[in-house]
Amino acid sequence: MSEARAVAKSMTLGESGTAIALGALAFLSLVVAARAHTPEYAFHAYLFSAASLIAMFAILYRYTERRSEPIPPELDDKPNYNMGPIKFASVASMVWGIAGFTVGLIAALQLAYPVLNFDLPWLSFGRIRPLHTSAVIFAFGGNVLIATSLYVVQRTSRARLVGDIAPWFVVLGYNFFIVIAGSGYLLGITQSKEYAEPEWYADLLLTVVWVVYLLVFLGTLMRRKEPHIYVANWFYLAFIVTIAVLHLGNNAAIPVSIFSPKSYIVWSGVQDAMVQWWYGHNAVGFFLTAGFLGIMYYFIPKRADRPVYSYRLSIIHFWSLIFIYIWAGPHHLHYTALPDWAQTLGMTFSVILWMPSWGGMINGIMTLSGAWDKLRTDPVLRMMVVSVAFYGMATFEGPLMSVKAVNSLSHYTDWTIGHVHSGALGWVGYISFGALYCLVPWLWNRPLYSLKLVNWHFWISTLGIVLYISAMWVSGILQGLMWRAYTNLGFLEYSFIETVEAMHPFYAIRALGGSLFLAGALIMAWNLWRTVYPRQADAPAAIASAQTAIAR
Amino acid sequence: MSLWARHAIFEKNSIVLLIGVLIVISIGGIVEIAPLFYLKNTIEKVDGVRPYAPLELAGRNIYVREGCYNCHSQMVRTLRDEVERYGHYSLAAESMYDRPFQWGSKRTGPDLARVGGKYSDDWHRDHLNAPKSVVPSTVMPAYPWLARADLDFRHIATDLSVQARLGVPYTPEMIANAVRDVTIQATTDHADADALVQRYPKAQARDFDGNPRRITEADALIAYLQMLGTQVDFTRYDDKANIR
Repeated sequence: MSEARAVAKSMTLGESGTAIALGALAFLSLVVAARAHTPEYAFHAYLFSAASLIAMFAILYRYTERRSEPIPPELDDKPNYNMGPIKFASVASMVWGIAGFTVGLIAALQLAYPVLNFDLPWLSFGRIRPLHTSAVIFAFGGNVLIATSLYVVQRTSRARLVGDIAPWFVVLGYNFFIVIAGSGYLLGITQSKEYAEPEWYADLLLTVVWVVYLLVFLGTLMRRKEPHIYVANWFYLAFIVTIAVLHLGNNAAIPVSIFSPKSYIVWSGVQDAMVQWWYGHNAVGFFLTAGFLGIMYYFIPKRADRPVYSYRLSIIHFWSLIFIYIWAGPHHLHYTALPDWAQTLGMTFSVILWMPSWGGMINGIMTLSGAWDKLRTDPVLRMMVVSVAFYGMATFEGPLMSVKAVNSLSHYTDWTIGHVHSGALGWVGYISFGALYCLVPWLWNRPLYSLKLVNWHFWISTLGIVLYISAMWVSGILQGLMWRAYTNLGFLEYSFIETVEAMHPFYAIRALGGSLFLAGALIMAWNLWRTVYPRQADAPAAIASAQTAIAR
Repeated sequence: MSLWARHAIFEKNSIVLLIGVLIVISIGGIVEIAPLFYLKNTIEKVDGVRPYAPLELAGRNIYVREGCYNCHSQMVRTLRDEVERYGHYSLAAESMYDRPFQWGSKRTGPDLARVGGKYSDDWHRDHLNAPKSVVPSTVMPAYPWLARADLDFRHIATDLSVQARLGVPYTPEMIANAVRDVTIQATTDHADADALVQRYPKAQARDFDGNPRRITEADALIAYLQMLGTQVDFTRYDDKANIR
């Protein structure tokens, strides 16, 4: 002990380096703010400056408060897991989830009742819709992925996260990126490339954060005490690496000036279209699929207390999924100016993709072998299993819609929106909810407040999803058929605006479905809140059961 | 040793796994993207297609800023009903100067690839200000701020020079005249209109928003909309030229 105390306290390279870098960024941001071409960009520069300064002082304050010796990776021969950043990302995902669902509901209502655009720039549908997609995909989904991946990689490697400041930098940096991206859309700062709307400086920030994320994840894997890398980590790793490649490829751009938020993409026209959908479809494939499959491969076996159904199937599933997904992008560009061979190639691989997708679904669902009864008793597990069922449904519908003949009808219509939401609400939403219902009690070491509320969440939101996707099927197919309808004299039967008028009832039903889904999420937030902060009356029981859990 | 056992090399070494993933995900992208940079039908030059005039480019940037792609496509597919509804199917060359491309993925509103010349400037001005005034059952938001906001084109020459660096054939003369060209194009019967048309053939120059005293964002956006899909003369276009 006396020796330990003798160690002189000094800043680590990480602390001093990060603090200096943040200080430099704060100064640079001020310079940019002073000469910014637009007030919106100046506002962002000030945000960058303030965030860097706060982060720099947080690092210095943390240094003055901490002990002189570094945090040990192990305590009493047990891994000393780093759960702080994971807690933050879990809370952030719930907060962003509610925000993202709410904005989605606003967008849905705007299409049914356009008066809700209020004639204001920052409330108009063209700015709200990307805010919704980014908030649910990157803010909600991204935080779930960061939280679960950093949790799973520690647990399955039996090792503490690598890095002292790095994990916090990943979580906080990522959420700051979300703030910049989202506020940017409302202010009119966008590249208008779907799911890659953030402008060049937000992209740069994300690149730095993502590289650190990869290093933290990889470093923790390397530190593992287990000989094998667990299958969930393969999927997480593929997700992190591929998203990095896609992000860099699709966002390659030259800014007009360092003082301007505007940039021009290095690709143009048909090449930009192909690069965009190579990115766009694999944002689905690697962000919304591979990453969440990582969740499936850890949380379902854990919750069901059963091993993964087939180890060999997971190997086949993994390699075939990541190989085939990359090819599927051109099915977003059927009958366009993209060459036919590329369209056909995209369609072919999209149809083949059905198989690995269902391989994964089978592996997930069959993990319940011998534990089917838990579907009746455990609504959290039911939520995750239904999520995998939605995954199976969406990955059947996807290949179907990628067939050129079907796509000629479905493309540009709400059918696509319905398809996306059966995947997003059903698969991504439910597997995330299931993971959070597991993760929050584990992280805070308290039992879940109420399983009954989980049941309510499940049924209300399932009703919402069914309303949503069936409304979109009907409106999509209806509109597709109306566009191509001919009179018996050989004229187009409907003007465009008539097809818009026909959509109204379905847009209203869709908004109702969305509000039910949001209601479910609000119940969930309340449930998790009460789990972390139990009422006084519930507290003794909760702590007692938590103590037995620890003793076990 | 069975194949399953050999897979252990990926499971026991994170760097090998990482490299394996990188190789596997690279193949599809390379095969589908790389050829688009040298195949004839994706890089063909078609008569009439020219870079955007500065006012049109500024208008396009407003189109991008407002997220119009969320509801409007700019890609007429090779389908009978689309060709009859919107006009000749879109050529790759017609979006060769589009950064980013705005083909879109959803038609809550109609395709705009060939909207140029279909409606009058007045119609566009009313439609942007209050869409319901001309299309009563529309669900399009109103954009009244466009006609109120002065167009900020102080830096438009930098935009052109950045695009020139990316390979868009903007000449030094075009870049030098960029700011002036905005004014010329947004003015009815400007004395230098001929010079503008010489630099940008078929460029339409007039006051687009009905307010000759100011150059507004509506001027720029309408100038852009009015030129969309009008560059190629399809009575003279040879659609067999690229068939080998």
